[in-house]
Amino acid sequence: MAERIDVSIEHRNLPEPATNERPHPNTCPNCGSHYRDDELAENLRVCRQCNHHFPVRARARIAQVADEGTFEEEAADLRSEDPLGFFDLRPYPERLAEAEVSTGLGDAIVIGRAAIERIPCELSVMDFAFMGGSMGSVVGEKFARACESAAERNVPLVSITASGGARMQEGILSLMQLPKTVCAVEDLKDSGGALISVMAHPTTAGVIASFASLGDVIIAEPGALLAFTGPRVVQQTTREKLPDDFGLAESNQRFGHLDGIVGRRDLRPYLGRVLRLFSLDGG
Amino acid sequence: MAGEAELHLRGRLGRLKSLGLLRGARISGELTRLQRQLEKISEASDEEIWQHVQLARHEDRPYTLDYVERIFEDFVELHGDRARAEDPAMITALARFAGRTVAFMGHQKGRDVHERTRRNFGMTFPEGYRKAMRVMDLAQRHRFPIISLIDTPGAYPGVAAEQHGQGGAIARSQALMSRLTVPITACIIGEGGSGGAIATALADRVLMQENAMYTVISPEGCAAILWRDAGEKVKAAAALKPDAANCLQLGVIDAVVPEPEGGAHANPDEAARLLGEALQSSLEDLEGVDGDELRRARRARFRSLGVFAERPTGITRV
Repeated sequence: MAERIDVSIEHRNLPEPATNERPHPNTCPNCGSHYRDDELAENLRVCRQCNHHFPVRARARIAQVADEGTFEEEAADLRSEDPLGFFDLRPYPERLAEAEVSTGLGDAIVIGRAAIERIPCELSVMDFAFMGGSMGSVVGEKFARACESAAERNVPLVSITASGGARMQEGILSLMQLPKTVCAVEDLKDSGGALISVMAHPTTAGVIASFASLGDVIIAEPGALLAFTGPRVVQQTTREKLPDDFGLAESNQRFGHLDGIVGRRDLRPYLGRVLRLFSLDGG
Repeated sequence: MAGEAELHLRGRLGRLKSLGLLRGARISGELTRLQRQLEKISEASDEEIWQHVQLARHEDRPYTLDYVERIFEDFVELHGDRARAEDPAMITALARFAGRTVAFMGHQKGRDVHERTRRNFGMTFPEGYRKAMRVMDLAQRHRFPIISLIDTPGAYPGVAAEQHGQGGAIARSQALMSRLTVPITACIIGEGGSGGAIATALADRVLMQENAMYTVISPEGCAAILWRDAGEKVKAAAALKPDAANCLQLGVIDAVVPEPEGGAHANPDEAARLLGEALQSSLEDLEGVDGDELRRARRARFRSLGVFAERPTGITRV
C-alpha cells in the first residue's frame, strides 16, 4: 500500500471551530463567505459566491418586490391574545412582547395593498424572525383579511411564506387557522381572484398544509426547505436514511409540487409577468 | 373526570351553539346561563387532562371499524386513490345509516401488532387523503351526506410521504371539503392529531367524544420543543388543553358526545349507541338545508375561529 500523504498542513490555517453554536448572520452557511450588511442588502441578501439565499425580513421583502411607495399596510394593529393562559418555561405574552420588541412587528405576518411592476395586487408576507414565523390567530386572521381585501378590489394576492408551522402556544386554535385560511383562499378563488404563492425558507407544517399549497401558481426560492415534517423529526421517528435534498425546493419540484424555483433576483420580474397574465382584460 | 351534570350541560350548550350557527337564531340568554354553570364545574387539573390523553390513546379504546360494525349497515369499503396506492390507515366506504346512504371516511389505527404495522398506526400518507377526496367527490355527485371519524396521531412523517406531497394533500383535502354542498359531520373519536386530523375535519358539525383529544401537536412533541424534555408531557398536555371541554369552550367543536362510565373501552356497544345517536341527530339537523347555505355557513364557522385583539401595543408602530 502506498504511503499516505500527510495533508495536515492544509488544516493548519483553518480558523478555530466557532465556540458559539450560531455562525454570524452575515456569514454564508454554505460557503463561508462573509458580507457587510450593505453588501448583502445590495444583492437582495443572496450570496455572490454560491447563490445561497439568506433569510429576508418581512419589511425588507416588501421593499424588494413592491414598487417603491406603493405598499399600504392593512390590519397593522392586530395583536395576539393568550386564549389558553399558556405557560411553558415562560408565559406566552412575555414571548410575544419580546418578539415584538426584537422584530418591530406586531406578529409574524405583514399584509397590505401594493403594486408589483405597476400591476396592483394584495401582498401578504411572513417573517420567520417573529417566533419562527408561527401561525396563530393573528397570522390566520391577517391572511384571511388579505384574501378579502384582494377579492374586494378584484386584484391577485401574492403570498410569501416563511414559517415553522402552527403556533403551539395557542393550542387547538392555532390548528384551526389551517381550515380558516383554506376557507379564505376558497372564497377568494370563488370571487374570481388568484393566489400566487411564493414559498421561502422554511415553509413547513401548518403553513404548507394550508394556504401556501393552494396557490394558482406556486413557486419557491432555491434551497428552501418545504416540508410538512422537517428532516430532524422524520429521521427520529422513522430512522430512515434521508436523501441529501430531503424536503428542499429542488426535490419538491422534481416530485411535481412546484411550478418553478425562482431566484430572488428574478422574483420581481417573475411576479410582474404572472400578475400581468392574471390581470389582462377578459383573462 | 366530567360528571353527568356537566356532560348534560355541555351537550345542551353545544346544541344551542350549533343551532345559532345554522339558522341564525339567537338564544343567547340561555347560552350565557349554561356557559356560567359550566364554568363553575369545569376546572380540570393537570392530572385530569392527562387522564383524557391516556383514555384517548387507550389500547382497548374502540377504533373506527369497531364503530362501523355497530353503527352502519350494507358497509361497502372503497379502496385506493386511483392514482398511486391504497392507504390502509384511512378507511373510506359507502354505507347505510339510519335509512340513508352516506359516504364514510375514518382513520383506522389497528388492534394488534400486525394490523398496526399494516395500517401504520392510523398515520395517513398523502394517498390516504387523496382516497378520501375521491370519496368526497363521489358524495357530492350523488348528494350523499358525509360522515368522517377522526382517530390519528398525525399524518405520517416519512420520506415517501413528503415526496408524495403530504402538506399539499392535507391542504387540498380541506379545500375540497370547503367546496362541498353536501352535509358533513365529523367526530373526533380518539386522537385528533394536528394536520393529519384537520385534513378530514372541515365539517358543518364537529363532534368530539368525551374522552377524545384534539391538538395541534402531541404533548410529547410540545414538551420536547418548549421544555426541551419530552418527559414534561403532563405539563405540556395541561398547557395545550386538548380535552373536549376546552375545545367546546373555544368553539372548536360543536358538541361533546358522551361515553359510557369509565370510557368508551369499558362498554363499546354503549359507546357506539351514543355515537350513532349523535351522528344521526347531526345528520337530521343538517338535512334540508340548502347546499349553498351549508357551504357558506361552514366557511363562516371556520373563518370565525381565533382569538386576537385590535389594538396597538405601543411597542411598535411603523
